[in-house]
Amino acid sequence: MGTTEFTPWASLAGGALIGCSAVLLLLVTGRIAGISGIVRRLFPPYGGSAPFEAAAFVSALVVSPFVWERLAGSPVQQTVTGSMSFAVTAGLLVGAGVFAARGCTSGHGVCGLARFSRRSIAATAVFMATAVATVYVVRHLVGGWPWA
Amino acid sequence: MGVMVGAIGALISGLLFGLGLILSGMANPAKVLDFLDVTGTWDPSLAFVMAGAIGVAAPGFWLVRRRSAPLTGPVFHVPPADAPVDRKLLVGAAVFGIGWGLAGFCPGPALVALALAAPGTLAFVAAMVAAIAAGALLQTRR
Repeated sequence: MGTTEFTPWASLAGGALIGCSAVLLLLVTGRIAGISGIVRRLFPPYGGSAPFEAAAFVSALVVSPFVWERLAGSPVQQTVTGSMSFAVTAGLLVGAGVFAARGCTSGHGVCGLARFSRRSIAATAVFMATAVATVYVVRHLVGGWPWA
Repeated sequence: MGVMVGAIGALISGLLFGLGLILSGMANPAKVLDFLDVTGTWDPSLAFVMAGAIGVAAPGFWLVRRRSAPLTGPVFHVPPADAPVDRKLLVGAAVFGIGWGLAGFCPGPALVALALAAPGTLAFVAAMVAAIAAGALLQTRR
């Protein structure tokens, strides 16, 4: 696995769209566009967490590939792990980790860094480091992924 | 009224976020894993996504925070930028990074990929959402 094409312009432009999304959400609802926090708000306790807004955001995220296909006229390209045990393990680690850290790549990595939050700078440094280490171990020490 | 405006804002924001992730290539776990593979088939694209996002969000947030309140609701729900770093944050971030490195999915791209219904995505999202929901439930009980 590996060797995806380097896409500096598309990635910069896509990043700018994500930035616009985060600014819009803060302006309209006063909240951080952190996906793990938004998913968390779908579940109780609700105490002022605006679950209706969170559900609207998540729904739009889920339908976005179909909107993309209409606009771009091409399907979304992706390669996903085919191993169920691998996917479930990764999903549990991601879910538990972002719950404890109160944020993920969007809430800490984008929004937190953009507002110079100490916690987000620390969290981003740590998850980048463990993610790089994990990929190193799996790809270069263990010898690969169970791709479909 | 405020509830409707808030929901419409969240809907447009979610759509922009999803389209941004797809355009940037981040809805593809293979591209994320190549970013993380710094000693192998390194693809620096993810750094450009973060640069583009932070480049827009940093001045945008600064402008928005000059207001006393968002368009809907009385206050901003933003933690202080100098809140203390604690052990729970560091351990959580470390665990998240391991899961991210295993699958190449973090929460946003996984939800964008959900409806494309690859079996690995469905399993990942089910496990991730279950873990977040379990955390929320435990918090309720406490």
